[in-house]
Amino acid sequence: MTPMLSTFLLLSAALFCIGLLAALSRRHAIFILIGIEMMLAAAGLNFIAFWRFGPQPAPPTGVMVTIFAIAIAAAEAAVGLALVIAVYRHYRTTNVDQIDQLKG
Amino acid sequence: MRVEIVAYLWLIPVLPLAASLFILGLSGKRRGLASGIAITGQVLALLLSLAAFRPTLAAPGYRAFANFTWFTFGTQTLRLGCVLDPLTAVMLVMITFVSLWIFVFSVGYMAADKNFTRFFACLSFFSAAMLGVVIANSLLLLFICWELVGLASYLLIGFWIEKPSAAAAAKKAFITTRIGDLGFFLGMLWLYGKSGTLLFYDGGNGALESAALVSLGASATFIALLIFCGAAGKSGQFPLHVWLPDAMEGPTPVSALIHAATMVAAGVFLVARVYPIFSSGAVQGVTTSLSVVVWIGVITALISALIGLAQWDIKRILAYSTVSQLGLMMVSLGVGGVAAGIMHLLAHGFFKALLFLGSGSVIHGCHEEQDIRKMGGLRGLMPVTFATYAIGMMALSGVPLFFAGAWTKEEILHATSLWPSSRVPHFLMLVGVVLTALYMTRQMIYVFFGSRRQAAAHAHESPSVMTLPLVVLATCVIGLSVLLTPAWPWLQSYLLGERTVGESLLQPGLFVALALVALGIGLGVLIYRRVGESDPFARTFPRVFRFLEERMWLDEFYDATILALARTAARVSDLLDRYLWDGLARFAGVLGDSLGGLTKGFDERAINAGADDASGAARAFGRLLSARHSGQIQAYLGAVAVGMLALLLLYAWLT
Amino acid sequence: MNSVAFIALAVFTLAAALAAALLPKLVHAALCFAAAFVGVAGFYFLLGAEFVGLVQIFVYVGAVAVLIVFTILLTRRETEREPGFHWSGLLVAGAVFAGLVWAIVKTGGLNRAAPPSVTLTVRQIGEALMTDYVWPLQCVGLVLTAALIGALVLVMEEKR
Repeated sequence: MTPMLSTFLLLSAALFCIGLLAALSRRHAIFILIGIEMMLAAAGLNFIAFWRFGPQPAPPTGVMVTIFAIAIAAAEAAVGLALVIAVYRHYRTTNVDQIDQLKG
Repeated sequence: MRVEIVAYLWLIPVLPLAASLFILGLSGKRRGLASGIAITGQVLALLLSLAAFRPTLAAPGYRAFANFTWFTFGTQTLRLGCVLDPLTAVMLVMITFVSLWIFVFSVGYMAADKNFTRFFACLSFFSAAMLGVVIANSLLLLFICWELVGLASYLLIGFWIEKPSAAAAAKKAFITTRIGDLGFFLGMLWLYGKSGTLLFYDGGNGALESAALVSLGASATFIALLIFCGAAGKSGQFPLHVWLPDAMEGPTPVSALIHAATMVAAGVFLVARVYPIFSSGAVQGVTTSLSVVVWIGVITALISALIGLAQWDIKRILAYSTVSQLGLMMVSLGVGGVAAGIMHLLAHGFFKALLFLGSGSVIHGCHEEQDIRKMGGLRGLMPVTFATYAIGMMALSGVPLFFAGAWTKEEILHATSLWPSSRVPHFLMLVGVVLTALYMTRQMIYVFFGSRRQAAAHAHESPSVMTLPLVVLATCVIGLSVLLTPAWPWLQSYLLGERTVGESLLQPGLFVALALVALGIGLGVLIYRRVGESDPFARTFPRVFRFLEERMWLDEFYDATILALARTAARVSDLLDRYLWDGLARFAGVLGDSLGGLTKGFDERAINAGADDASGAARAFGRLLSARHSGQIQAYLGAVAVGMLALLLLYAWLT
Repeated sequence: MNSVAFIALAVFTLAAALAAALLPKLVHAALCFAAAFVGVAGFYFLLGAEFVGLVQIFVYVGAVAVLIVFTILLTRRETEREPGFHWSGLLVAGAVFAGLVWAIVKTGGLNRAAPPSVTLTVRQIGEALMTDYVWPLQCVGLVLTAALIGALVLVMEEKR
């Protein structure tokens, strides 16, 4: 059995949900970032899979989107981690349960 | 030399935008440079606007557009573009001209402010966005600029951010207009779904051209009403008018530019722009959507004129007057007097900017005092301001012959009198004319006549950089009266795209209007002849006055209805308590009394408990709602995931 | 495409990802995060997008993982004790997974094998970046610069 397109999609769905789990369940702010990065990677995997399984030869659109997504994700990680550090300095905690200044 | 000016129309908003970006890059100390660049940007935009105005004059019914493809998705392409027609041309000239003089005025008014350069950057940015609204040939481009205008307005109302009331007013303005914009957005989506295009004019394929209008069919009414929601939000129509008076927290030139001359007129402009959708399927010029516009306009015009009669803040009076005049324009559009409405919009842009700048000059002269009770007798101290303000006041009240507002107002009244479905708006508008004259007379007398009260004691005339714009605008108001005179209605024909200048529009109704204006001013002089700290009207009818002074408690009403659902629930339980359970309890009480007053205590307890339960229910529901705003980002993220699931389920259900 | 390699990679990647999401110690989780991204890069190689795989390893394993470890070190005091776990997240994530699986299974035409071979050279990617994608490339450059400056501003010590 060689892997089908749907196999890759299922795999990336699993990766996405693991990322969602990390972002939703862990109370440490860094885990939210880790989860978001995983979800982004799952999306990138989908792009590459659709490009590979699509009709060939095709322009490398899926590859390009993934490359740009990686670049944006890197920027997001840098800003996100800086935010974690800034929040930590201010509140002396990175537990997101305790950071609820926006509550109504 | 026939260069198609429309291909360069995009330069008009881009120049102020470039100026704005450039100023942002300057250091806060380069004051002269910043204002110089902003004014240069406006002058260039004005020159280009005049160049764009020229071809529309040459050929009646001129309309040119330049579209380009923004992006393609699937088989659909999304195209944006610019359009140049008489409506665009006159708006361009009016906006660039009025804003130019407001910019000049600001140099004097904001001279002492520490964020001088930021102010000019925001002002230029606003001007760019507003010009974008006017030239847009696509509902989408119009919407984008529309939101940018909203953002600029937010930045400028909240310019003195250290003042909590300014920050609150900015938020209120932004959120209130956003409520209307939601409707606008839905209407836009609906229009796209039905007609497949958002371009206004596209050589027969545009959304405003007959083919698309036919395909809209009955949904045109709903689309028009949704778009009107957006227009009502921006133009401060009832019930979304509450933000406009609060927006007076911004610096006075901002009030003049945004909340009098241009942005609030955008709603009227929008209705005029998509007028074919409103009037599609009209019977004798009446459609459901247009009738809604008329009645909303009537309600707005009257309510705000009444409230304006009982305000003390010089700027708030003008703000309510603006709301009222915008209502009048909406009425005019609704009854079919498009040209009259737009002409009033133009005239209003000039004289209301003049009045606001005049009030700015007064406030400046009285050392930041805005309460008219503390002014008085400024006539001799500020002669230029007084003279120009009087011209603006007469134009607004509708004193005929030399003041622009009178002619246009009279034409609107004439248009309403011809409306086939009802005569009521016409008579209510006549009442509105009297009220307008009345509150403006009241303001004049309080500010410029009578004895000099506290703040007026050390008042001084403003520097010439502030009085020059006043004089220029006052001259324009008088000059415009020649252009707008109904004896030679070329502007009307020009706006409607007619080939020949029509018949003289002088009506006998003019004398009715004249008499009413005279009545209003006369009444005003009679009532407010001797004013002091208190208002004669307030002395005679204290309750009515208080009702109006408190702005009919509309703000309080909205505050309360944010929890409308909770209150309804509470009211139902309250009614149940009061009539069902309480009734039973009373019955038991009566029974008890008849049995020797045994259960009197029970009765008391039942009533008290009922009231407590009702308020408790309201509180609990409020707590339930506010608990959703926990400030926990993970809860928000979870809600997003659940929303995605819901979409998936919807998809499953639909396929 | 080799199915043995696929299964091995899949098991490795998902296990590492789960460990990254669930391990109580932050440093361990960060290391597993890096491992999971090596696995994702492996899939890129398997799918014939070698360049993307390399970029993935450079950016994530080389840079982002290191950044995360640095952040953990800088906020050390907090990382000593485990702040707990929201079980409701498991429920939501599980439901989303079920929904996605349902959508994938239901959508027709996804059960297809890959076309025999593709060649995507770095040269092709470079040409695409410099022609069709030159605007996005410039924009990404701007975003990265802004993010860099923004991150620096955020972590700078506030002046007293």
